[in-house]
Parts: sequence; structure tokens; C-alpha cells
Amino acid sequence: MMNIFDEVYLIPLFPLLGFLINGLARKVISKSLAGFIGSVVIFISFCLSVLVFINVSKEGFTTQNINYFSFINIDKLYIPFEFQIDQLTSLFLLIITGVGFLIHLYSTSYMKDESESSYARYFSYLNLFVFSMLLLVMGGNYVIMFMGWEGVGLCSYLLIGYWFKNNDFNNAAKKAFIMNRIGDFGFILGIFWLINAFGTTSYHNLFDAQTGILSSITEKNSTILTGISLLLFVGAMGKSAQIPLYTWLPDAMAGPTPVSALIHAATMVTAGIYMIARSNIIYSMSPFTMMVVAIIGLATAVFAAIIALKQNDIKKVLAYSTVSQLGYMFLGLGVGAYSAAVFHVMTHAFFKALLFLGAGSVIHAMSGEQDINKMGGLGKKMKITYVTFFIACLAIAGIPPFSGFFSKDEILGAAFSVSPVLYVIGVIGALLTAFYMFRLLSLTFAGKFRGTNEQLHHVHESPGRITFPLICLAVFSAIGGFVGIPEVFVKNGNKLADFLSPIFTDSNKILVAQTTSPQTEIILMAVSSILIIVVCIWAWNKFKRYDESVKTETALGKIIQNKFYVDELYDAIIVKPFKRLSKILSNIVERSGIDALVNGVGKGINYGSRQIRLLQSGFVGNYILLMVVGLVLLLIIQLLSK
Amino acid sequence: MEIKWYLFLSIILFCIGVAGALTRRNSIIVFMCIELMLNSVNLLLVAFSKMHLSIPGTSAYSAIDAQIFVFFIMIVAAAEVSVGLAIIVMMYRNTKSIDINFLNRLKN
Amino acid sequence: MTTTQILFWLLSALAIVGAIGVISCKNPIYGVLWLIIVFFAISGHYVLMNAQFLAIVNIIVYAGAIMVLFTFVVMFINLNEHPEIPKNIYVKAAGIIAGLCLLIVLVAALSRASENNTQLRIDTGVGLIKNLGRTLFNDYVVPFEISSVLFLSAMVGAVIIGKKEKQQTV
Repeated sequence: MMNIFDEVYLIPLFPLLGFLINGLARKVISKSLAGFIGSVVIFISFCLSVLVFINVSKEGFTTQNINYFSFINIDKLYIPFEFQIDQLTSLFLLIITGVGFLIHLYSTSYMKDESESSYARYFSYLNLFVFSMLLLVMGGNYVIMFMGWEGVGLCSYLLIGYWFKNNDFNNAAKKAFIMNRIGDFGFILGIFWLINAFGTTSYHNLFDAQTGILSSITEKNSTILTGISLLLFVGAMGKSAQIPLYTWLPDAMAGPTPVSALIHAATMVTAGIYMIARSNIIYSMSPFTMMVVAIIGLATAVFAAIIALKQNDIKKVLAYSTVSQLGYMFLGLGVGAYSAAVFHVMTHAFFKALLFLGAGSVIHAMSGEQDINKMGGLGKKMKITYVTFFIACLAIAGIPPFSGFFSKDEILGAAFSVSPVLYVIGVIGALLTAFYMFRLLSLTFAGKFRGTNEQLHHVHESPGRITFPLICLAVFSAIGGFVGIPEVFVKNGNKLADFLSPIFTDSNKILVAQTTSPQTEIILMAVSSILIIVVCIWAWNKFKRYDESVKTETALGKIIQNKFYVDELYDAIIVKPFKRLSKILSNIVERSGIDALVNGVGKGINYGSRQIRLLQSGFVGNYILLMVVGLVLLLIIQLLSK
Repeated sequence: MEIKWYLFLSIILFCIGVAGALTRRNSIIVFMCIELMLNSVNLLLVAFSKMHLSIPGTSAYSAIDAQIFVFFIMIVAAAEVSVGLAIIVMMYRNTKSIDINFLNRLKN
Repeated sequence: MTTTQILFWLLSALAIVGAIGVISCKNPIYGVLWLIIVFFAISGHYVLMNAQFLAIVNIIVYAGAIMVLFTFVVMFINLNEHPEIPKNIYVKAAGIIAGLCLLIVLVAALSRASENNTQLRIDTGVGLIKNLGRTLFNDYVVPFEISSVLFLSAMVGAVIIGKKEKQQTV
């Protein structure tokens, strides 16, 4: 049997091929062909990823480094184009290609109203995105990761602004791009510092337990490591939409719904988590950064959850819930529960993709309507969507035994062992999550229909290519958690943690393990689960009889509805002064500075010429006079120079 | 006689010519001032040719050359005067004036 | 003081006075006369320096031909109808100052020359007509002949310029 690790370059190569074919031939190929190519290349990558995963999970597997060619080679700096395949990579490969394939399949139906060339354009962007994401997770050093990192940022921009004829969408795309750029700036500074401090960016040179550079450093909280880890975290903040760079993600909902599902829920936003999990040793060695990560993650989780309570756009609710869930993942990373965070990435990819695709299905049925106030009672007409959405809600709310329960509980358990305060706030966030998810569910599918009659007649279940991915994802959302059953229930039940343990062994050695007794853990789980279930039922019943007309908005509700005015705040403290500065620059510096300089040169020459022209008076006497003066001057110079 | 006296005489004559050319507006007088300057230079050339001979080791030919040079200057000056006066006459005919400032017509 | 020196000073004074007369006269005809005096003084200097050929040529060409031409033109133009408009006093002052400056600078520059005190040798026959003529018609015969062409062209030019145009004047 051939060695699959020699052929891993095929995994990103196929999406790249798909991108090239769809991108270059988008004017000639038909819609069905474009969709077919777009989906098939991802499917092939998925199959290869499965093979890789099987090989990785075999006994005796060691981390594979595949060096293709020398990418940058200047003096002592050597950056090869290399891939690294290990447990973390293979898991992300599965998530990206698996969820990615389902979303491609879904898109072939969802986007069918597009014109042919923009249909192919859509798939080429989507393939390029998958390619970039694969590059990001397979890269064997930070530079390759950065290439993928920028690639997904670009695709995100292109896909958010996919309907580029709408200016609001373009602005949302620009906002996402610029916010990401702020984070990328931190990331690239971190890479530079890394090169400066250690002279390499390859993971195996840095992190290897025996030969790695970092294994020789024992000092904790050194300035270099803290600085690098903080800068890398700034990058993660931008890409994974954490406070204060989170505002782009809700606006990114301007893109087509499958894009939101793929990029803004399942894959791209988890790049930050992947990066920190990849650099876990750096973080474990700088507890200060860990604390920052945990606090920002938790703050984001609760803050975004509060905002989500009052949103009425179905996609906005999901967007804020994504921000909130990402916050949980950062909390997990921050408290040192790396495998828990990765676990949550995986389960979140399932149920959030499912939620978005379900939302897409609803929007599709409602002919583009996104306001949940105008929905209601859809459950009877869209059985499959309703059931799968319901499962996803159970999963995200963390009701046992659905997948979200296990991953979230693992994170919260780790948080409790670090500090009970983190745990309590985390649980409050989880309760908020349960509340807004069931509010959404109830408003959308329960009660009576609040839209127009025309919409009511149009409502229908979506076709198979939409429901099939929903069902697949629903199955995973329901049972996906069983790969990580806590130790207290089943001995050695946490298969995922075992699988990932080679990546995190060094970190676990550094971090002092704080364990809670099994009894405490079970009590905590029981309490949080019961609370969550109560909140779910309360929210469900509260909004079942929802009527828009009797709605009264309190002051606090209004603030939440307006997302705490964060956008307005950014607008006031950053955008407006910036614009004013630009205006000053354009009006004063440009007009009276640069323009005046340029015009002044012209005017000066004009004026000077006019003055010098007077010398050419035509009066012979003047010429002679000047000649004599010149002669005198020359002779004086001659005399003085002697 | 030392050369310096001829030198200073030539300079004085030349500068008087310059001052005249600068101060007068009558083109005939300006023209005469130019002749004056030419003559001062001729005088100096002759004086130099005579001085040249007193330097040991020089042949008489190089001294003769200077005087031939003066001769040619006179030839050119004669030609120049004939043309220059013709121009002045034509200018008078056209403008009824020989004011040198009327010669700025080329300006426009 | 030898005779030569006395003659030198006399002739120099005559030349300078004549030159000043040229630039300060009111009527050009007096200017012409003053200039003739200057030319005669310069010819005297040539004689003093034993350059007889040039002395004679100077009198014939300058004092003779050229000044006759000047006189002719001055008389041809009736300047009494159009008296010279005096120049602006500042321009005049500037002209005189410029001339004086030139004088001072030139004197300052040349008074330091190392060969200032070289004596002239006037006892050779270099300036004699015989020697110069021989050189002129041996070594310089081509330029001499070309100068005749120059004269011809100057004559033609003068005739063309001086020709009365047929009512085309503006």
C-alpha cells in the first residue's frame, strides 16, 4: 500500500484545481458542471483526509514533516514549504473537508437562482477558501500558516461581498477585511519576533520535545514568549472574532448563508483556535497570556450571548452565538484545556453548520425573509428542517447527551479547576445561550405564522440536496459528543483527548494539573444541566405565544438590541476621527500643502520668468551693463581666489 | 618704458569706452565708443608684441604675428563700421531717430 | 625723464582727454573730432613703439576712412531735428560706476602681474613695413586675400541695407 503521507499534497491540490477550473472557465461551464466540480474536488480531499486520519490513528504513528521545496532562504533564515501532519492536523482536515463537502453539496441547491458565471464564481471562491484553510492547517511552519491565514481572509472578503452590487454588503466585506487585517498585523509581528528570537518558524524545530528550541527554555513568563504569544493572540482575536475585533462577524452575514455556515461558523473562525492549539507550548510557558486569553474569551462569550438575546435577524442571532461559542473555546485554551477547546471546535462545527444551513433552509422557504418576527409556526411545514434545527439547539445549549454538552462541560470543568469565578460566569453564558437559542427556535418554528399570506403559501420543505446535509450534520451533532465522554462516566471514555494527547503532552507537563474530585464534577454537571433545561423550557414557552404588537422595549433591551452600541462606539472613536483626519489631510495638507507646493513651483517659475524676461529689455545698454557687471564679478572672484 | 604704463593706458581707454557705451543713447556715439575700445586693445597688442621681444629666447616671428593680428583687427573693424553705419542710416530712415533704445524692436 | 617718456605721457594725456571728449560731447560731430584726436594719439604711441606700419595703417584706416565715414553719416542725418534724449540719471550713474568698477578691478588684477616691469624693446625692426609686408605676403597671404572677400561682402551688405525700400517700410 502506498504511503499516504507522500501524497498529502493532493489534499489541498484538488480544491486548488477546482478553484482554477471554476474560476477560469466560469463563463463557459454550465451550472451543474460547476457545482459538480466544486463538490467533487472537496469530496476527494475528504476521502484522502479520512485515509490520513486512519493512518494517523494507527499505533506507532509519529509526526510527519514533509518538506517540498525551499520557500525562503536568506542568510541564516531558512523557511521551507513544508507540511506537517499530526493528530491535530488530521482532525482539522476531517472537519474542514467533511463539513466543507456537505456545505458545497447544500450550496449546489441553495445558490441555484444565481446566474451561471456567478454560480461558478461562487464555487471557485468556496474552493479557494477550502484550499487556503487546508494550507493553514497543514502548513509545517508559521509562514505557510500565514499564507493560508491571509487566503481565508481574502476568501472571506470575496464571499461576504459576493453580491457586490449591494453597497452595504461591500461595506460589510471591507469591514471584515480591515478587522482581520488588524489581527493579521499582530500575527505577522509575532512571526517576525519569532524569527528574530529563534531563527525559525517550523513547528518541529520549535516545539519538538527533545530537539525543539522551546524545550530548552524553562523560564516561564519570559518577555519574548509573552510578547510573541500576545501578538499571536491578537491575530487569533481578529480571525476568531473576539473582543474587541468581533464586530465584523455579525456583519459578515451579508454573504450567502452557506458561506456563513462554512466560513463564519465551522472553519475560518476556528483558525485562531487552531493556531493557539498549535502553539500550545508557547502559551503554556506564558501564564500571563493564558490569563488574558481566558478573560477575553469569557468576556466575549457572555457579551455576545447578551447581544444575541435581542437580535431579530435569524442569521445575526447565529452570528452572535458563534462569537459567543468561540469565546468558550478561548476560555478552554486559556485555562489550558487545549483538547477540550479542539473538541468544542469539532462539535461546534457540526451544530453551528447545521444551524446555519437550517437557517438557510428557512430563509429559502420564506423567500429571503430573515426577520424572526415575521416567522412562526414553520415547524408543521418543514419537518426535517425543524427536527434537525431542534437537535442543533439542544446541542448548542448543552443538554445531555448531545455533543455540545460534552465539549462545553469539559471546558467549564477545566475552568472550575482554575477558578470557580470563571466557571460561574461561564455557566451564566451557557444559560444565556440556551435562552436565545430556544427563543430563536420558538419564534421560528412554534406559534402561529406572522408573515404575509403570500409567504405562507410559498413555505415548503427544501429539496434533498439541502436536507441531506442537514440530516448528516444532525446525526453528528447528536452523537458527536461521545468521542469525548468525561472520565467520571466511563473510564478512558475521552477518546479524543487520548488521540490528541501527543500534541499537548509537553504543555500538560508544564501546566500544573488541577483536578476536581469526581463528586464535585458530577454535581456541577447536574446543576448546570438542570438549569439549562429549565431555561430552555422557559424560553420555549415564553416565546411560543409571542405577539409583536404587545411588545414593549425596556431601556436595557434597547441597548442590547443595538448591540451595546459597540459599532457606534467604534464609529465614534475610530472611524469618525479617522475620517476627520483624512478630511483635514485632504483639505489642508493636500490643498495648501502639496498642491500649493506643486502650484507654487509652477507659479514661481512663471513669476521668475516674467521677472527675468524684463532683463531682455531689448535695450542694448542694459546688455552691455550686465556684461560689464558679469566681467567685474568674474575678475573679483579671480582676485579673491588667489 | 615698462609694459605696465601701456597696460594702464589701455585699461583707462577701454573703460572710458565702456562708460560711454553705457551712458550715451546716440547710437553713433555708442558706435564710436566701441571703436575706442577696439583701438585700446590694438594698442595693448602692439605693446605686448614689443614686450615679447625682450624675453630671451623668443623669435622675432612671434612678435610679428601680434602686429599682423592688429592689422586684421583693423580690417574687420573697417568692414564692421561700414555695415554698422549702414544699419544706423537705415534705422534713421525708418524711425527718424538714432536713439539706441529704438533698437529694442527685436523684442516683440 | 627721457624724450620717449615725455612723449608717452603727453600722448597718453591726449588720448585720455580725447576719449573723455568723445563720451561727453553733445553733438556727434564733435565726438568724431575728439575720436580723431584719440586715433592720432594712438598712432603716436605706435610710432613711439617703433611700429611704423601700424601707425600708418591706423591713420589711414581709422582716422582716415572710418572717421570720414562717421562724419559723412553724421552729416547725412540731420541731428538737429532730433536732439538726443538724455538717459535717465540713474542709468548714467550706473554706467559710469560700472566703468569705474571695471577700471579698478582690472587695474587691481593686472598690477600684480609679475612681468609688469618688463621693458619694451623698440630697437628691433619688427614693426617695419618691410618685415611686416614680407610676413603678410608669405605666411598670411591666404587670410589677407580672404579679408578682401570680407570687404566685398561688407560692401554688398552695406549697399543692401542702405538701399531705399520701395514704400514697404512700416
